[in-house]
Amino acid sequence: MTAAPDHKPTFADLSLSDRIGKAAPYLLIPVLVVLGFLAIGSTSSWLTLTVSGLAMGMMIFIMASGLTLVFGLMDVINFGHGAFISVGAFVGITVLIWLGSWTGAPSLMLNVAAVLLAVIAAMCVTGALGWGFERVIVRPVYGAHLKQILVTVGGLIVIEQLIHVVWGPEEIFLNRPETLKGAFTFAGAAIERYRVLAVVVGLVLFVAMRLVLRRTKIGLIVRAGVQNGEMVEALGYRLRLVFIGVFVAGSALAGLGGVMWGLYQEVITAGMGEEMMILVFIVVIIGGLGSVEGAFIGALLVGLLQNYIAFLEPKLALISNIGLMTAVLMWRPQGMMPVVKAK
Amino acid sequence: MLTRPLSGDKPRSTVLTVLLLVILVALALAPFLFPGVRSLETAARICIFIVLVASYDLLLGYTGIVSFAHTMFFGLGAYGVALASVHMGRGWGALLTGTVAGALAAAALALVIGLFSLRVRAIFFAMITLAVASAVAVLVSQMSGLTGGEDGLNYQIPRELTPAFRLGELFGVRINGKLLNYYLVFFACLILFLLLLRIVNSPFGRVLQAIRENDFRAEAIGYRVVWYRVTATCLSAAVAAIAGSLFAIWLRYVGPDTTLSFEIMLDILLMVVIGGMGTMYGAVLGATIFVLAQNYLQSLMGVASEATEALPLIPNLLDPDRWLLWLGVLFILSVYFFPTGIVGRLRSGR
Amino acid sequence: MSDPILSLQGVHTDIAQYHILQGVDLDVPRGQVTMLLGRNGVGKTTTLRTIIGHWQAKSGAITFDGAEITGIPTPARARAGIGFVPEDMGIFTDLTVEENMVLAAASGPLDKARLDWIFAAFPPLKTFWRSEAGNLSGGQKQMLSIARAMAEERKLYLIDEPTKGLAPAIVSTMAGALRDLKKQGASVLLVEQNFSVAKALGDTAAVMDDGRIVWTGEMAELSASAELQERLMGLSMEAH
Repeated sequence: MTAAPDHKPTFADLSLSDRIGKAAPYLLIPVLVVLGFLAIGSTSSWLTLTVSGLAMGMMIFIMASGLTLVFGLMDVINFGHGAFISVGAFVGITVLIWLGSWTGAPSLMLNVAAVLLAVIAAMCVTGALGWGFERVIVRPVYGAHLKQILVTVGGLIVIEQLIHVVWGPEEIFLNRPETLKGAFTFAGAAIERYRVLAVVVGLVLFVAMRLVLRRTKIGLIVRAGVQNGEMVEALGYRLRLVFIGVFVAGSALAGLGGVMWGLYQEVITAGMGEEMMILVFIVVIIGGLGSVEGAFIGALLVGLLQNYIAFLEPKLALISNIGLMTAVLMWRPQGMMPVVKAK
Repeated sequence: MLTRPLSGDKPRSTVLTVLLLVILVALALAPFLFPGVRSLETAARICIFIVLVASYDLLLGYTGIVSFAHTMFFGLGAYGVALASVHMGRGWGALLTGTVAGALAAAALALVIGLFSLRVRAIFFAMITLAVASAVAVLVSQMSGLTGGEDGLNYQIPRELTPAFRLGELFGVRINGKLLNYYLVFFACLILFLLLLRIVNSPFGRVLQAIRENDFRAEAIGYRVVWYRVTATCLSAAVAAIAGSLFAIWLRYVGPDTTLSFEIMLDILLMVVIGGMGTMYGAVLGATIFVLAQNYLQSLMGVASEATEALPLIPNLLDPDRWLLWLGVLFILSVYFFPTGIVGRLRSGR
Repeated sequence: MSDPILSLQGVHTDIAQYHILQGVDLDVPRGQVTMLLGRNGVGKTTTLRTIIGHWQAKSGAITFDGAEITGIPTPARARAGIGFVPEDMGIFTDLTVEENMVLAAASGPLDKARLDWIFAAFPPLKTFWRSEAGNLSGGQKQMLSIARAMAEERKLYLIDEPTKGLAPAIVSTMAGALRDLKKQGASVLLVEQNFSVAKALGDTAAVMDDGRIVWTGEMAELSASAELQERLMGLSMEAH
């Protein structure tokens, strides 16, 4: 279970196979895209599916990133994370419905302003909710996985039910803002505008997250904390505060993911977060618990594969993710890029 | 006198002993004590859930593993009986085949999931079971050709187990096939429960508890932790499947909502926690109290909701559809403040 | 020794159900290297971990630089001026050597002069400055782990077995660096199994047995008496 002690007497350069091993997960995405092309045959369908797969993957990544970091940092597995997705969607969509005149107008400025306001509202509410959730639900059960799972599942149910109380039991249908509707044609393929936007937002977030994690001191603390929290504290950092920050940020991102997913599906339900959590868990597991990069790759793989398979063999789409998870775990039982715990 | 069938695991509390005896007697004589279709339905449901919850407790309470796939195994058993009855025709052979096939399939699936997830980290298991169980649930409702989809399957069981089979009257109660069916369920559940009690009190069960307390130490002493955990998972899955088969025999109907839904999974979790994790008797109390409450409290909530109609938000909170909300709150509170459940309280208060 | 930098009075620590520290009384004088000695499993590591706060003392008092720190959390103890080098080195293997050092300077950017001093003591760290710390050899990791504690001026260094499992050449590098630290007037509490290193570095010594301090005195006195070593530590350390 633990790694063998390091006996290397001198510094050894990474061997070629080590390097390939490290890069292999990244290579899986182009490999899958090429395989998809070969299997589908038609360039235009393939392009459409690839864009929608990437869009879906990016949205799942946004939802999964906070969860994986929270786990890595404090060994807390939050089954209630899905509730933030739902709440974010309901808050965001409510704002969009209030701003109906802005979203209905064919003006890019007004549309973007409305979506931005909706996103900000959703992220504020889910961030605050996350803060409360951490204090009330998670804090009393640190270090006890069993209780953590039970209590956070309880929290998920309660929040989901409260959504019913506040917004009623029915699902809510919505229209995307005018300028985000429809598709454009590129290389003979119809590509939905909104999907491109989702890909762009996802990429920007991923790059920003990497920058924060690599280039800032907070990022260093988080990465070090994922490996060995005790040592980070012994260096004088209050890891608890950092953890709360990550928890709140992760919850806010789940809220953002919820709004984006709602706009993508054009319908929202209280149970949507719970449904998404299943994909999120798969992504977090195949990525390697605690790894943001792993979650990113995992999310793209899940999104692409699901779209390709849905086109090729619709009945298999559901279990394609389970198949993917099985394959990855056979290859790397800890996930693609597991975080090496120093203990 | 009773220690042998109980495998030496005595209730260790007078109140608990009395409660268990009351439940046993009430269930054993249910058709005579509480005549009526609805109460017999409730009694059968309690029997089946006691076994289902006890088998879950083998995992959660005794092994310390959280699974979200217990309803999947339950459903496998139920669909096993249903499919066998549909395809092999009405008969005892179909029931037996379906039950055995369901239990074997459940154990095999549990083996695969266990080998994949428990090898790495026990926490993987919770996430993977959740993913697999939800995929299976969706699959079942989509493959309508085989499973009847959302509508489920209706099928016929041997005539001796249906109300059409009449034997006469006893103490003013009509003795018919339904009553025989009930006793089939009751005795099967009793045997399964005693079997589970035997398992947890065997050397195997002791090792499971040692692993739950400290898996590193158990591994260090030389127990193959993964093997024990996987075996417990398979046993628990097989028993859950048999409970599912009994449920299918009793209802003569299976559908995704009655056997596979996440809501039932939550019910099971709640019953285990309320009754007391890691005590088989907790399953008895948890299941009994919960099923009774579910049947009668929901109607009470409806009344309360109507009574408060004039107030804002309150009627929404009290709506019978919000039953789960209160369960969730109760669940969180019991995990925090009541982690040993009713049985734990009764035993410590002795 | 009127005012020790660190003082433990009747400290008891439990780990799970085990009662590890059973009333530790220990003074660490300012500006000296204090060796914490004893056989394996007598509670030396637990003592250090209790001082930094990874384990909470069940009873007793820990006073650091005139203030009681018994109940306060680990980060506050570190900020009060305690540097800690754990037995397992606590290297962040996914981070580069540079990132490890940047983190170690908790109160601000790395001090250039200090860094030069560290590079002089541990040249490999300069060579592998931008490499992942996980790729360092065991000895280099140990260097990094001590360098991290040295990244800032600290009032007290707690160092747990810095020469464990190292090749003799690296042991002497390590001893040189510790001597350097001592020359600068730092207060150090050092757990060390290698008696020759202990002899060379230690000013005072405290010997533990069964969760208690059983002997304190000058290091010179201990190293001069084989009989004392035999009695306190069960075997003569002179063999090393």
